Amino acid sequence: MSQQAVDVLIVGAGPAGLAAASSAAGSGARVALMDDNPTAGGQIWRGGLEHATTTRARHWLTHASTEAITLYARTRVISQVQPGVLLVETPTGAREICFQQLILASGARERFLPFPGWTLPGVMGAGGLQALVKGGLPIAGKRIVVVGSGPLLIAVAAFLKGKGARVQLIAEQTSWSRLGRFGLQLSRSAGKLRQAQSLGWRLRGIPLRANSWIKKAQGSERLEMVTVQRGKRVETFPCDYLACGFGLVPNTELASALGCVIEHGAVQVDERQQTNCPGIFCAGEATGIGGLDLALLEGQIAGFAATGQTEAARALFSARERERRFARQLASSFALRDELKHLAEPETLVCRCEDVSYGVLQEHLTWRGAKLQTRCGMGPCQGRICGTATSFLFGWTPDSVRPPVTVARIASLVYTHEDQEE
Amino acid sequence: MPEIPLTVNGLRVHVPAGSVVAAAIALANVTSTRHSVNGEARAPLCGMGVCFECRVTINGHAHMLGCQTLCEEGMEVITT
Repeated sequence: MSQQAVDVLIVGAGPAGLAAASSAAGSGARVALMDDNPTAGGQIWRGGLEHATTTRARHWLTHASTEAITLYARTRVISQVQPGVLLVETPTGAREICFQQLILASGARERFLPFPGWTLPGVMGAGGLQALVKGGLPIAGKRIVVVGSGPLLIAVAAFLKGKGARVQLIAEQTSWSRLGRFGLQLSRSAGKLRQAQSLGWRLRGIPLRANSWIKKAQGSERLEMVTVQRGKRVETFPCDYLACGFGLVPNTELASALGCVIEHGAVQVDERQQTNCPGIFCAGEATGIGGLDLALLEGQIAGFAATGQTEAARALFSARERERRFARQLASSFALRDELKHLAEPETLVCRCEDVSYGVLQEHLTWRGAKLQTRCGMGPCQGRICGTATSFLFGWTPDSVRPPVTVARIASLVYTHEDQEE
Repeated sequence: MPEIPLTVNGLRVHVPAGSVVAAAIALANVTSTRHSVNGEARAPLCGMGVCFECRVTINGHAHMLGCQTLCEEGMEVITT
């Protein structure tokens, strides 16, 4: 078995992982940075240095491309072989990576809520559609409706408009009064206000509605139109894509499989970003949704702390606290309304991997019971989509995660065994 | 920008360098990437390697993610 040894292994090459890598490498440590995507940058800086559009993206991507940092792209963690050793799958096969310290920067995914028609081709996550457009999906001239909640909707709409899409509507489920309060909070941070103003300018001409949410999507072979509800009124919009963004949820599966404590859906860390497992740190969205600024700070703190640069880590604590405060305000401004729990009809699918409907799931009391009886959450995504949905719809809590952490090739799993016999 | 030739279900398409397979599938006017256990047509949902709706066969390898695989010259992509 091919085996590498490093001082610090970082899983996830988004902003938190990049910041952790360059901060750790500053100590002279040998660092490995791993990501399942073809390039570093995560979702927000997708495409890496070549496609970086901001100074900050270029700064962190450049600082993480030094000789001290080895990048493993298109690589996923399968399991922990023993403490300090992870089995990973690369495009050319499995290998083991040994480390002294581990920093998890596994980021977040979008929360999907089931509604009639959400399985039609053309219905996508808002961030997901943006990602595919960055990956070459032709979007110019396409009609798009954006629904959900939070600042991501605005950012995605502005991005798509910039690419020539015809954005028909942004339907934000929160109220105008909450949006107003959020605007006031933004105005207290000059940087965030500037970002918001620039987005507002790029959005001109796109109607933004509050108190509005998706009711259903329709089409024969693919999406053709959507129905949006505002109070008691319903309106239909013909469109080619529906971009749904009902907030983000931390990716905690790997942390959970390693024995880290997860609470309220986020990995728990101490002031040095260390989890309850000694030598395992966590930074960025996996510790709770907080955005780019917080992810960069947490990443730096984790990178410094994991390599004994205690003072450098400590110097960033107060800035981190400010960002965490902002994150809490964001979460309360865009809390999801109860009406969204009742969008699905009995025949609406909730688990897309195993085609399990809302009506069937309603007969169950727990995630485990539903899994055992209906196969909900037992397909390739392993409940990453439907588990998040049922947690919102029914208040179910997913079980602990067992290896393999992600879908793996049989060859990767038997590799270890064969090797031991040789 | 250099263009990369590949095939989707036997149909030749050219995509800009740096494109993912899911983009090539859309360019080939193929609506769905796979069919669900009950036969529903599906297409990419999450766009970031989480939902597995975009899985296709690439150069004979089944269950490759169209959203995370970069297009390469001569690639053969088959939807199911």
